[in-house]
Amino acid sequence: MIKMKGITKIYAHDGVETVALAGVNINVEEGEFLAIMGPSGSGKSTLMHILGALDSPTGGEYWLDNQDVSRLNDDELADIRNRKIGFVFQAYNLLPRTSALKNVELPMAYAEINKDIRVKRAKEMLGLVGLEDRMEHLSNQLSGGQQQRVAIARALTMDPKIILADEPTGNIASQQAEEIMKIFEKLHKDGRTIVMITHEEDIARWASRVVTIRDGKIVEDRKNSRRTK
Amino acid sequence: MKLTEIIRESFGTLGLNKMRTGLAALGIIIGIGSVIALISLGAGSQKAIENQIQALGANLLTVMPSNSRQGNVRTAGQNTSLTTEDARAIEGSESITTVNRISPELSRRSQVIAGRNNTNSEIVGVETNYAGIHTLEMTSGNFIGERDVTSMTKVAVLGPQTAIDLFGEGINPVGQKIRINKQSFSVIGVTKSKGGSGFNNPDSMIFVPLSTAQKQLFGVDYLSTIAVEAKSKEVMTQAQDEIGYLLLERHKLNNPINADFMIMSQNDILNTASEVTGTFTTLLGGIAAISLLVGGIGIMNIMLVTVTERTREIGLRKALGAKKKTIITQFLVESVILTFFGGIIGMAFGIGVSLLLAKILSTPTALSIPSMFLAIGVSGIIGIVFGWYPAQRAAKLQPIEALRFE
Repeated sequence: MIKMKGITKIYAHDGVETVALAGVNINVEEGEFLAIMGPSGSGKSTLMHILGALDSPTGGEYWLDNQDVSRLNDDELADIRNRKIGFVFQAYNLLPRTSALKNVELPMAYAEINKDIRVKRAKEMLGLVGLEDRMEHLSNQLSGGQQQRVAIARALTMDPKIILADEPTGNIASQQAEEIMKIFEKLHKDGRTIVMITHEEDIARWASRVVTIRDGKIVEDRKNSRRTK
Repeated sequence: MKLTEIIRESFGTLGLNKMRTGLAALGIIIGIGSVIALISLGAGSQKAIENQIQALGANLLTVMPSNSRQGNVRTAGQNTSLTTEDARAIEGSESITTVNRISPELSRRSQVIAGRNNTNSEIVGVETNYAGIHTLEMTSGNFIGERDVTSMTKVAVLGPQTAIDLFGEGINPVGQKIRINKQSFSVIGVTKSKGGSGFNNPDSMIFVPLSTAQKQLFGVDYLSTIAVEAKSKEVMTQAQDEIGYLLLERHKLNNPINADFMIMSQNDILNTASEVTGTFTTLLGGIAAISLLVGGIGIMNIMLVTVTERTREIGLRKALGAKKKTIITQFLVESVILTFFGGIIGMAFGIGVSLLLAKILSTPTALSIPSMFLAIGVSGIIGIVFGWYPAQRAAKLQPIEALRFE
């Protein structure tokens, strides 16, 4: 599903070059639940951005679903993000003062999907994350956990190849965090490919494979044997 | 994303912050409003002047004295070059074939007293033809007759406004006495209102026999104008030439450049007046256009603030698959909605103001439909022009930078 070969990312700032990624090689198979761990400044966010087609690498190759996405222009990247990647952000990033339903519809609106199909599918996805009775609530009327569930529904709506979650429980109280992780586990069981960034061991335990990154390089790559459930 | 959907979403976004939306549109509302109000006021006053000139009468030529030139020297001071003899000559000359009738006139302002009322009015010495040439009608009494002129009687005909000023509303002044320049005149008639305004308004004049005005009131023998009615519209130019040659000959001038008079047709007057009011209208429109420009800059300012404020949202939209074009369209649509509806409200506001001004200043307004469509079109274009830069700024934001933005 994902193939990265010698991915580097170098930021040039005022003539000073900072190496964020120093040659990352990683393959993610279909159906894997991968957690990327690492301390801050390790390059895990940069890796996430490149995985999410939000940013282009300085060097190396990135193949997503048999397509080289490392050399695409802005609009082509927008299409990739729209159709192949579902984002779940730490800060939820829902449209402010907009209903849950409209938020979930948004990626389909950018794909110019017919309104009726959109509403039907958005309702389905909100049902999947247990928010069928909150569909008309505005984003600011929902709790953190509920907002993140809307975000997950939004990530699923275009039936993406991978779901990218960036610290999905970082802003959520621990009890609600477990609910969120249970949703990810269910998605994993349904055969979806999930890549999650976290710095918490507790959260990483839910994944089937954990990769640790340090100073822009992968230093550890292990299958997760002691999964909670 | 489809345009209709972007438009629907933009209405929602603008509705979220009504106060700001209203303030942003206010600049355009005032701009378009003042453009429409001022232009229709200008066009209205132009129409008023045209009406007034038309009301002077048909096929009318006006002969007026002008500064004469002797070589390179202009004679300054009073223009006394037109005389009653000139008028008689125009009437009697065999070389003049295109003139129907003429009206020699002498007008001066003077103090007029009736009882305890006192006004400063335009006194016009006229002959009987005046009423016909200038299409004056009477509400009561008679106009100056031939006998009044020949026997130099002290009679006066009042314009309706003067009648009200001197005797009050609803009182028929016919048979009453007034004092002009300390001499007693009896009122023999009141003219019908012609509805003009400003200078040369026959409603606020007092007509007396020409001979009385020249000899008894002002002690002069010249004229201030000779109004000439040509036989038809087609021979106006010919009449102008005939009178011109006759007067040059009578004044012993051999070069038309030295003429001590000028002959203007109604069209000449109309053109001059239109030119003046046209310049005036353009000037007013120009001033209003500046406020429109300021309104546009206001929109740009608000849009720039919005882009900064919504950086995260823009980043999110891009992460979810919005292309550059979609983001640009979204922001352009928002600013065009602001200016377009601002333009429509401004138009209503402008119409209201111009109707109100028309009532207060009692001038007609000329609301022109094309200028309104133009105003709305212009406000839409302002939306695109001033929305363009903020929209570009929004579209250029990198999704990661935008998502990181706090």
